Amino acid sequence: MIEVETIKKLAALARIAVSPKEEEKLRGDIEAILAYVSEIQKAGTATPRSSEGFVNVMRSDVDPYPPGIFRETLLKALPERQGDYAVVKKIIAQ
Amino acid sequence: MSLADLSISDAAKKLDSKEISAVELAQDVLENIEKKNSSINAYVEVFDDLFLEAQKADERRKEGERGDLLGIPLAIKDNILIEGKRVSAASKILEGYEASYDATVINKLKKVGALFTGRANMDEFAMGGSTEHSAYGITRNPHDEGRVPGGSSGGSAAAVAMGGALGALGSDTGGSVRQPASFCGLVGLKPTYGSVSRYGLIAMGSSLDQIGPIAKTVSDVEILHRAISGEDASDSTSTPEALRVLKSLPERPVIGIPRSFLSAEGGGIDSNVLKNFEESISRFKDLGYEVRDIELPNVHHALSAYYIIMPAEASSNLARFDGVRYGLHQKGDDLLSDYLRTRGEGFGEEVRRRILLGTYVLSAGYYDAYYNKAVAVRRLIGDDFARAFSEVHFVLTPTTPTPAFRIGEKSKDPLTMYLEDIFTIPANITGLPALSVPSGFAEVDGKRLPLGVQLTAPAHAEHWLFGAGKRFLSEHA
Repeated sequence: MIEVETIKKLAALARIAVSPKEEEKLRGDIEAILAYVSEIQKAGTATPRSSEGFVNVMRSDVDPYPPGIFRETLLKALPERQGDYAVVKKIIAQ
Repeated sequence: MSLADLSISDAAKKLDSKEISAVELAQDVLENIEKKNSSINAYVEVFDDLFLEAQKADERRKEGERGDLLGIPLAIKDNILIEGKRVSAASKILEGYEASYDATVINKLKKVGALFTGRANMDEFAMGGSTEHSAYGITRNPHDEGRVPGGSSGGSAAAVAMGGALGALGSDTGGSVRQPASFCGLVGLKPTYGSVSRYGLIAMGSSLDQIGPIAKTVSDVEILHRAISGEDASDSTSTPEALRVLKSLPERPVIGIPRSFLSAEGGGIDSNVLKNFEESISRFKDLGYEVRDIELPNVHHALSAYYIIMPAEASSNLARFDGVRYGLHQKGDDLLSDYLRTRGEGFGEEVRRRILLGTYVLSAGYYDAYYNKAVAVRRLIGDDFARAFSEVHFVLTPTTPTPAFRIGEKSKDPLTMYLEDIFTIPANITGLPALSVPSGFAEVDGKRLPLGVQLTAPAHAEHWLFGAGKRFLSEHA
C-alpha cells in the first residue's frame, strides 16, 4: 500500500511540485506499478558471478583543455546569468 | 514516383550515377513534409538549412567524393544533440535550449555528408511507447492516422513512413526504435550496448540506452549502423574495437523460439500477431533455417526488472534539470521553490511518475527489495540468453504483442502501456542486439496495420541480424 504521505515525501525528495489532485493519481499509479513489479521477488537468486568482461574505464589525467575555452558556450545556456555567473537565489536563510 | 520513396542504397546509386541530385532529393522530401507533417506531426522542427546542405553534398560529389549517405536526408530524434540547433527531448523543461556540441553519431554522419531534415517528435525524455507524451503534440501513424506510430521514437518512424526522410535515428531504451519501426512497417535496430556512442544523447536509463537506426530496408539500416557505430573515448561504456568479435554464421543457422515466454500470461498477444508469427517461422524454415523451441526461464521477469532499473536511472539522470543550468526556469519564493516549480511544471506527467517511482525504488529500505533484486535478475536473464546462444544463433519473437493501437487507447493506464514492451525489453536488459523487420499486415477496421518480428543475436553479431533480415525480406545485399 502506498500512502499519499509517501508520494508527498518522494515528490519533495525529487524536487517536483505536485498538486494535491495529482498526488492521488500518482499514488494509484505507483501502487499499481509496484504491485506488478513486485513479482520479481519470486525470481531466484543470481549465482554470484565475477565481473568478467567489465573493467573500470578511466581517462588519463593528461592534456587538460586550456582554461575557459568552453566557458562562453556553457554560460550561453543559462536561463539567467550575470557576467560569468549563474544567478540563483540565496541559499542561506536569515 | 517521389524520390523520397527510394531506399537509401538506391538513392545513393542514383546520386553516384548523376541520375538525381541531392537538391532534387531534398526537394521531394520537403514536399512530403509540407503535405503531411501538419497532420502526422512527425517533426517538432524542420531545419531551414536542408537545401544549403544538399547543395554542399552535390558539390562534394562533383569533386569525386562517393558514399552511401552523402546527400541522404535523415530525421534525427529530438534527444540527439546537433550543435547550434535546438534540442528538447520533447520536454518543456528544455525550452529554448540550443545544443552546445555535436553528438558523436552526428559528428560521424556530418563527416560522411548525411543531411538532417529536422528534429523528430518523441515521447518526452523517451518515456513512452506511443509518442502521445510529447510537449509538442502527438504523432500519428501514417498507415492509419487514428493510431499511434509507436514510441518513443515515433516521430523518427513516422517521418520515414510518410516520406519525410529516407532514414532516421532513434534511441532505444526498452524498445523505442524497434516498436515504432514495427508499427510503421519499417526496419529498426537496437544495437549491442556499447557499440554506438551515447555521447550527446540525452540520457534516460544509461545502462540501457542505445542509439539505433530506422529505415525502409535492412540494407539501409546496415548502412546507418556502420556509419554511427564505433569505439568512442567520450563514452566510457563504449566497447573497445578489439572486443567486438565477429564470428561468421554457419551454413544452416538455428533460430530459437521461446515458446513458454510467448504463451505466458500478461503478454496478451493479439491473434493477428500470433498468426503472423507462425507464418514468419514457416518463412524462415523455407529459407533453410532450423527452428527449435528454447527455454528462457527468467525472461518473464524482464519487464519488472526494467521498470525498476529504468526509473532508478532516469530519476538520477534527470536530476540535472534544475532550472539553473539550462532550459526552463520558473521562479518561486526561494531557491527550493525555484527547483520545485521548474521541475513540477517543466516535466510532463509520465516523466514525473517515473522520477517518483525511481526515487522510491532507490530509497533506503526499498533499495534491496527492488533495485538490487532487479540487478540480480538482470544477470539471470543474461545467463538465460548465454545458455540459449550455445545452441541457437537467433532468438525470434514478435516485436510487439499487438499492432499499432488507437490514440488514447493505452495512455490512461501506464501499466497497459508498459506491457507493450514485453518482447523488446529483454534486449536492453541483456545489452544484446535486436532487429525488427516487417513481417506482414493485420487487417483491422478496414486498415492494413504493419506487423514485425524481432530477431535477437549474441553481442556484436549485428551482421548476423542483417544477413537473416535481408534473407527474410528477400533483399539482395
